[in-house]
Parts: sequence; structure tokens; C-alpha cells
Amino acid sequence: MDVFLDTFLNPAVLAKYAPAILEGAVVTVILSVLIVLSGIALGTALACLRAYRVRPVSALIVVYADILRALPPLVLILLFFFGLPNVGVTLSASLVLYVVLTLVLAAFAEEIVWAGITATPKGQWEAARSTGLGFTQALGHVVLPQAVRMVIPPLTNRAIAITKMTALGMVIGVPDILGQATTAQSFSANASPLTLAAAAYLVLFLPFVIASRWLEARFSGPGG
Amino acid sequence: MSDARPGHPALQVRALNKSFGTFKVLTDIDLSVDQSEMVFVLGPSGSGKSTMLRCCNRLEEPDSGEILVGGAPLTGSGVNLNAMRQRIGMVFQSFNLYPHLTALGNVTLALRRVQKLPRETAEAAAREALDRVGLADRAGHHPAQLSGGQQQRVAIARALALRPEVMLFDEPTSALDPELVGDVLAVMRDVKAQGMTMLVVSHEMKFARDAADRVIFMDGGRIVEQGTPEQVFGAPREARTRAFLGRLHG
Ligand SMILES: Nc1ncnc2c1ncn2[C@@H]1O[C@H](COP(=O)(O)OP(=O)(O)O)[C@@H](O)[C@H]1O
Ligand SMILES: [Mg+2]
Repeated sequence: MDVFLDTFLNPAVLAKYAPAILEGAVVTVILSVLIVLSGIALGTALACLRAYRVRPVSALIVVYADILRALPPLVLILLFFFGLPNVGVTLSASLVLYVVLTLVLAAFAEEIVWAGITATPKGQWEAARSTGLGFTQALGHVVLPQAVRMVIPPLTNRAIAITKMTALGMVIGVPDILGQATTAQSFSANASPLTLAAAAYLVLFLPFVIASRWLEARFSGPGG
Repeated sequence: MSDARPGHPALQVRALNKSFGTFKVLTDIDLSVDQSEMVFVLGPSGSGKSTMLRCCNRLEEPDSGEILVGGAPLTGSGVNLNAMRQRIGMVFQSFNLYPHLTALGNVTLALRRVQKLPRETAEAAAREALDRVGLADRAGHHPAQLSGGQQQRVAIARALALRPEVMLFDEPTSALDPELVGDVLAVMRDVKAQGMTMLVVSHEMKFARDAADRVIFMDGGRIVEQGTPEQVFGAPREARTRAFLGRLHG
């Protein structure tokens, strides 16, 4: 039992590295918020673009969404971080993480919002168009608001899944929660900073997981 | 009974043809509806009634033919379709209210976004339209909080608020519980009394007898017979009309 406590909950190590983990938490939160906002915005914009059903545009969007959903994000992170400098583009580790996870979330969000758009009854388009609304107005004022409401639960789940992947930033040295924790762990030769990291992730993400349960109950079922 | 103004057509359909793929749905439809006239369209399921109605605001694109609203072309190049659709109200069988908006929001949407009225003006017009269908007190309700009959009346208000010249009704009471049909028909009667031109697809025979100026019978994508309700119901000329009416009553 003592060995266990000393390995995972060493008070001295915990106290020493708590500030660093806290700094990491700030980085994780900022990155997560930015990724969720821009990923969902980009994905929704792509789904709307696809609604115009211009063949080549839709095909490009589908190809983009499929590739980014198929590739492990870590592969993209490494490609961007180690590959781009060779073509003269050097991005900071945090920026690479932000860009890659935004693009990945956008790919998933596009598919989810698109599913919502196609699931919106045809009669909604017809009612809107019959009163003189143009295509873009019908999409923006009538179809998209319903589509987004319909897909809030899967969108929330996907956003949580992607933001958890900020932990992948560790491999390229992003000073987020896990980055700070692994650094601390190697300095202290003790796993307690990782315990702290786990606790920090729980504090940050558990509320969203619970909220997604609530959203699921609220927005599923007919009529929303 | 009739308030119609003969010689003043509000809606003209000339030589309308429409196919879905190789299936000919409408063949040489000619129809003229006078101002303030209420024309009823009857016919078996699949005879093309909805398609004809939907061509009249180009929710379906005609293959050929001409459609005029208040003398202005709806078909052909250079038509401002969104502007023309303001002049043609449409009421659907399944109401098609916007579920995320209140009754008021449903009615104001096009007033604000298409007619570009300021919020206060749009809301005043919307409340007036809701009042006309007897739902002034339901302005803040969402469709899910309204009965089917109330939803359809909001849908009528949504169309009315744009002050159309013609209104198209596609089986407006078919999705309603029988006890809710009367309220919707009463609103339609009231709309007619105020001079609206109406083209109505419906199987409400009693209402057709009371309120329609003219009845049209369609079968197989053609207008088979037309006349006053007395003529068509009392002494139908065509065997197909007799068979259809016999089945309805039988
Ligand atoms: N979008 C469509 N695509 C293919 N066939 C259609 C479409 N809409 C209607 N039809 C067909 O056209 C015929 C006429 O339909 P409709 O106008 O709805 O008839 P009604 O309203 O008189 O019942 C039916 O056979 C129907 O199956
Ligand atoms: Mg029909």
C-alpha cells in the first residue's frame, strides 16, 4: 500500500508539480475551446456548402471528410510538425495541434450536420421557398436551425472525443496537461504528476460528458 | 353565392405538361381561375392534383406550358421567382410549420426576410393574420404545443400575411382528426368571403357543395370535367366522374 501511495500520490511530488499541471490545464482549455469553436464552425460551413449540391464542390467535401476521418490524428500531427518545416512552413507545436484537431473535428462535424440537413423534411424547404425565401435563406433560417438541434448530441460527443486528443500534443512538446505531466514525471521519476493529470482531465471533461447525457435526453426523440 | 369576377383571371394555366421520368403526370392542363373564385379540384389518388397545384408556384417545374398570376408570367426566363411566390400562398397537407419557431415567428419569417419589413411592422401584420384565423392568443406557442387544426390555421396565416393574390390548398384537412376539420374549413370560408382567389384540392364534398364556385374533376393527369358543384355532383357527364363520386359516397 505504501509503495502504491508513494508511486501515484506522493505528497511532495504532487505539491511541487501542481502549478505546472495547472498551467497545462490552461493550455488544454484554451486549445479545446478554440478547436471546438473553429472545428464546428468549419464543419457546419462545409455541410451548408454541400447543400447547394454543386457536384465538384460536394465531391471535394466528401473526399476531405473521408480522409480526415480515416487518418489517425497522431499521424497528421507528426506529418504537420515534422514535415511542414521541410517545405519552409514552421508552425509551433500548439499551432500544429490546433490546426490538425480543428480540421479533424470539422470533418466529423460536416458529416454530422449534413446528416441533420438531409433528415430535415422536404416540406420545410417547400414551405420556406413557397413564401419567397431564396435557397440560402431557407437553409439559414429554416433548415439549418432544425438540423443543428437534431444533431447536438452526436456533435457534443464528437467534440469531447476530439478535444481529449489535445493530449496527443505531448509527442510534439505542447505544454498542455499531459505534456506538463510527462515532463514532471521524468524529472521526478514518479507517476504522481500523471495522477494529477488524470484528475485535471476529469475535472475538465467530466462536466461535458454529463452535460452531453443531459443534451441527449433533451434533444432526442421526435420534435426535439 | 359566387363573388367571382368573370373575365378577371387571377391564375391562368395554359397547356401545362409535366412528366416524372417517362411517366406523364399532367397532360395539356388548361385552367383559368377568376379573381375571388374558389375552384375545387377532385380526383382519384395519383391523378396529378398535387402536381398541378405545385406547378402553380413552381415547387414542381413544368415541362411545358404557361402559368400567369395576375397576368404576370410565372414561367419562362427572367422571372423573379421569389417575388412571384409572394403573390401565391400555399397551404400543405402536412402543415409544414417551422417547428423551431413560434406561431408568430412562422408568420413573420418571410415578412422580415423577403419583404424586409422592420420587426414591429412584421409582427403587427403577423398578429393581424393570426387574428384572422382565430389564433391571436397562440402567437407565442410553438407548433408542437398546438393541435393539428391550430397548426394548419397558423400555416394559413403564414400564407395570408404575405397578402397573396391566389392561394393554393393541397388537401388542407386530410391530415386532421375529424373534429378539427371544421375550424380549418371555417377559416377557409372566411378567407373566401374576404375575396381571396382559391384553388383547393380536397375531398370535403359538403364544403365543396357549399363554398365552391366551380369543381374540377381530374383523372390520369387530365381535366376530365368541370362545372358548378350542382352540375358536377348532381349530374356528372363523364362515367369516370360518376364512378369516382360513387366510390366516395359508397
Ligand atoms: N417527385 C415525384 N417523382 C416521381 N413521381 C411522382 C413525384 N410526385 C408525384 N409523382 C407521381 O405522379 C403521380 C401524381 O401524383 P400527385 O400529383 O401527387 O397525385 P394526387 O395529388 O392527385 O394524388 C403519382 O403517380 C405519383 O406517384
Ligand atoms: Mg395529392
